Amino acid sequence: MLVSVSTSGLKRAKWYEYVIRFSLGGLVTAGAALLAKKFGPEFGGLFLAFPAILAASATLVEKHERERKQEKGIHGRYRGRFAAGADAAGAAMGSFGLMAFAVLVWKFLPNHSAWIVLPSATLLWALVSGPVWWAWKRDCPYRLKLALLRSSANQSRG
Amino acid sequence: MKELIVRFLIGGFAVSMFSTISDLLKPKTFAGLFGAAPSVALASLGLTVLMQGTATAATEARSMILGAVALFIYASVMSRVMLRFRPPALPVFLSGLLLWLAVAVGLWYVVLGV
Repeated sequence: MLVSVSTSGLKRAKWYEYVIRFSLGGLVTAGAALLAKKFGPEFGGLFLAFPAILAASATLVEKHERERKQEKGIHGRYRGRFAAGADAAGAAMGSFGLMAFAVLVWKFLPNHSAWIVLPSATLLWALVSGPVWWAWKRDCPYRLKLALLRSSANQSRG
Repeated sequence: MKELIVRFLIGGFAVSMFSTISDLLKPKTFAGLFGAAPSVALASLGLTVLMQGTATAATEARSMILGAVALFIYASVMSRVMLRFRPPALPVFLSGLLLWLAVAVGLWYVVLGV
């Protein structure tokens, strides 16, 4: 199956990891508001995409994967680091969705209700991020490059 | 101060919610999409709309586009470094935040001409 749901990640998470995530999320949100107040919303807005949470989640992913492998008797240090890299690759793809989210809010919020715009932008984030991930999973960028190279080779031959 | 506490609580809740969804999903690259979820943005923009109006929130969202471009660069570099050299994650991801900051502020300076 392409995507699956598993509760093993939840079972592995410790209580203090939830506290770290909650605190980081709260600090970044409050910090962005402080920066917006001090330097204006043009500057504060940058921090709505600040990746502190990604840094925390990648570190936790590394730790969980290492523990999982060590329980099976495998030396999991490098496997954990690989998993953190995969997590960051996912975030890079999700950032296309985040750009789309921000564009929709910027364009539509001034003239429409926030109760419609914000949920719609969240839906757009999912609708952009999901297909970008799927295209990457199916190796679409490589296939496209190959097709373009073939067509240009055929043209030069013809 | 009261406003900051409210922002802290709502931001913390939004991030925890998206992180929990991410914990439930496999494979890792798909779960990683949630590392770029609009959790902080939803909490911040919702509260800005309530407290300062839609115009201020829209201005924040415009700058957020540049922050998201910087996030793409940050996450791509982190992923490449981790997959290729396999260093410990914490120091790499933390020092990489300076890269995000430099790209975001650089883009802000160039694009918005402030």
